[in-house]
Amino acid sequence: MKYPETEKNGFMVISLTGEVDLNYSPVARQQILKCLKQNKNLLVDLSLVEYIDSSGVASLVEGFQLARQQKQFFALVGVSRAAMQVLHLARLDKVFPIFDTIDAALASQ
Amino acid sequence: MTQNTELQDVIQVDHLNAWYGDRQVLKDINFSVKKGEIMVIMGGSGSGKSTLLRYLLGLNTPVSGHIRLLGKDITGMSHSELHDMRKNMGVSFQGGALFGSMTVGENIQLPLREHTHLDASTMQIMARMKLEVVNLAGFENLMPSQLSGGMIKRVALARAIVMDPKILFFDEPSAGLDPVVSAELDEMILKLRDAMNMTIVVVTHELESAFKIADRITVLDRGEILICGTIDEVRNSNIERIHNLLNRKPRQDVINVDEYMQRLTGK
Repeated sequence: MKYPETEKNGFMVISLTGEVDLNYSPVARQQILKCLKQNKNLLVDLSLVEYIDSSGVASLVEGFQLARQQKQFFALVGVSRAAMQVLHLARLDKVFPIFDTIDAALASQ
Repeated sequence: MTQNTELQDVIQVDHLNAWYGDRQVLKDINFSVKKGEIMVIMGGSGSGKSTLLRYLLGLNTPVSGHIRLLGKDITGMSHSELHDMRKNMGVSFQGGALFGSMTVGENIQLPLREHTHLDASTMQIMARMKLEVVNLAGFENLMPSQLSGGMIKRVALARAIVMDPKILFFDEPSAGLDPVVSAELDEMILKLRDAMNMTIVVVTHELESAFKIADRITVLDRGEILICGTIDEVRNSNIERIHNLLNRKPRQDVINVDEYMQRLTGK
C-alpha cells in the first residue's frame, strides 16, 4: 500500500486517505520521511482522511520536526474536521502550518 | 431492536449475575452504552460498581448473563480473543496502577509496546502527545513516586488513551483529588469524547462529577440497578434509595434479627 504522491510547483504532495490508524500510519511515516530526506518541500493533504489516530499524528509530528531541522517547508492542507479535532486535543492545530488548499499553501511561499 | 440500534450499542450487558462465594453481588444487570456516550455508574460503597467494572473489562467471567463489547460477546472469549479486544479498551484504574519501577513515559508507552510494532520514535511522540493532552508535558522522565495524586490519575489517563481506544473505562476519577483537579479531569473526559468520539464508562460516587459529565447514569444499590437514565430522570426519580444517595442520607436498613444473630454467632 502507498499513499498517492504528486508534485506541484516543486512541492511534493502526499495525500493521506481513509483511516490513518495503527495499521496504516507506518506507511504514512515512511513516505513522509523518505520525501523529506530527498530534500523536498512537502505538503500533506488530509482532505480525504476520515479518521487519524495518535500514531498518524505522531508521523506528521516527526515529519514536521525533520523538515524544521533541514529547513524545508512542511504544511498540512485540507485538514478534515475529524483530523482537526484530534490535532486540537494536543494543541497541535497551533503548531503545524495549516492551509485550506494546496494553492493557498503554495501562495504562502 | 433494529440492527442499526444494535450496531450503535458499543457495550451491552444482558442479565448479568455475579456472586462472591454465597453472596450475590450483581443481580440481573441489564444496560447498554451507545457510541460516543458517557455512562456514569454510580452507587455507594459496596453497591457493586467496581465489581461490574471488573466484568466489563473481562477480568471476571460471569456465572450467568452476557457482556457484548463492540458487538462481540466477551463472556465466552478465549485469552487471545480477549487480548485482541483489549486493544480497543483503555482503563484508568482508581489508584493509577502505574509501575513504580518505570518512568512516566515508559508507563504510558507500555500498551503500545505490548500491542503494536510501531517505530520507537512514533511511540515516544504518541506518549508525549498524551502528556500534552493531560497537561503534564515534560513529566515523562519522572518516576510515579515523584508525582502527586492528581498527577498519577492524569498519567493513568494518558496511558489509558495512548492507543486511542474505542472504549475508555475510568474508575473513580475524582476520588481523593481536590475540587480543581477533579474538575479538570471532568473537562478532559468531555474533551476526549468530543474529539475522539470515545465511548466512556466512568465509575464514581461523586455526584457533582457525575452530573457534569454523564449522558446517562446507572445507579447501583446492593448489586441491583435502581435506575438507568438521563441526569434529569435520575434527579426527578421517586425512588427513595436514589433520593437518599442524592441527598447523602445514611441508609436505614431494616434488620432481620435472625440473620443478624446468625452472622454474629455463626449459629
